[in-house]
Amino acid sequence: MLDKEGIAKRIAKEIKDGYYVNLGIGIPTLVANYIPEGMDVVLQSENGLLGMGPFPLEGEEDPDMINAGKQTITTLPGSAIFDSAMSFGMIRAKKVNLTILGAMEVSENGDIANWKIPGKMVKGMGGAMDLVASADNIIVAMQHVNKAGESKLLSKCSLPLTGVHCVKKIVTELGVLDVLPEGGFKLLERAPGVSVEEIKAATAGKLIIEGEIPEMAL
Amino acid sequence: MNKVVSGADEAIHDIQDGMTLMLGGFGLCGLPEKCIAALVKKGVKNLTCISNNAGVDDFGIGLMLKQRQVKKMISSYVGENAEFERQLLSGELEVELIPQGTLATRCMAAGYGMPAIFTPAGIGTEVAIGKEVRNFNGKDYLMEMAFSADFAIVKAWKGDTMGNLVYRSTARNFNPVMAMAGKVTIAEVEELVEPGELDPDHIHTPGIYVHRIFKGENYEKRIEQRTVRKRDHA
Repeated sequence: MLDKEGIAKRIAKEIKDGYYVNLGIGIPTLVANYIPEGMDVVLQSENGLLGMGPFPLEGEEDPDMINAGKQTITTLPGSAIFDSAMSFGMIRAKKVNLTILGAMEVSENGDIANWKIPGKMVKGMGGAMDLVASADNIIVAMQHVNKAGESKLLSKCSLPLTGVHCVKKIVTELGVLDVLPEGGFKLLERAPGVSVEEIKAATAGKLIIEGEIPEMAL
Repeated sequence: MNKVVSGADEAIHDIQDGMTLMLGGFGLCGLPEKCIAALVKKGVKNLTCISNNAGVDDFGIGLMLKQRQVKKMISSYVGENAEFERQLLSGELEVELIPQGTLATRCMAAGYGMPAIFTPAGIGTEVAIGKEVRNFNGKDYLMEMAFSADFAIVKAWKGDTMGNLVYRSTARNFNPVMAMAGKVTIAEVEELVEPGELDPDHIHTPGIYVHRIFKGENYEKRIEQRTVRKRDHA
């Protein structure tokens, strides 16, 4: 089974040289730590920055320089800053190659819910609805089951949707799954030490298993 | 073309109860904190505020919420404010949550003189309820209307007396698109300079969009999430 860092590490393997990548809040943010050395990747932060650098050194925090999670950050050589309309312009125009975000639920037809629990939590969708509606390449990083032990990979989402037919791939603590265009979660890899049976038990939606499922290499 | 006013109090003097305001900023970054303080002091009420976030409990728009000056918030993310959540769940505050890109682009449309935009954001979700859907090249888009705001209030780094503005770092965010979108636009700046001191090639917001400008003193610029790397003391 993977911890959060493990999930981030596995997702980092999906990033290709030359990609512009938007990382959501939570586990996706950790992916930045595992981008292979020497790979040319530019991180987009939707508050208006391309070329997000590491956190500043203590004492060098700049209140004018934050990421979309409102964390103090730095720029890198070659960074560019722009306004919010342009930021979502480049997202809508599919200039961003890969979007990695968290989810509360994903359905077997690629719907995602991650912004609202009626009567309980109303934080808002932020940029998530724009990202999932426009990006061609969306990977969800999340736990396979929620805190109550219920599967988050469902035949149909129960929470208000963020977007429809958009999630292409899911990486959880148990494994890697593709969401097929015709519907269904196709199991690609098992996390170290996790059996196919465990993944079956934790997946409520349609799970497709073909042949031997390899254990992932990290 | 001198747009200079004495300060925040004069800049907002004619903002009345029931008006619609746009407020720049992302979280607490690039927030027009001097005008917000003046609005709190003036006590103007029943406002509709268009702003990406709602501040925190004791800073930003949170200060106006605490005094019940806001009737309606139009935002994309409101997660960091307990008083906001309380007013929302109790029904005291009306809230319209919209996608962040839709928010920015509805501002942009107003500033570019376009009545509406088409965006895929929100298709198939509750955001789409009651809105016109158009299909272009096989994909559905929502029609979203340009905003109309009585006042846009923005924060820039530098400005000149003609209202030309330059922003700094990610404090730019929503400020340039909101500056273009107000019937009246107020800009507060850290440095106010004479015409000619800003390079025309480097202006982010041309002064034609700005009606009033003043220099704010002693910006607090609060940090919402202070994240740092430890220094290596080896």
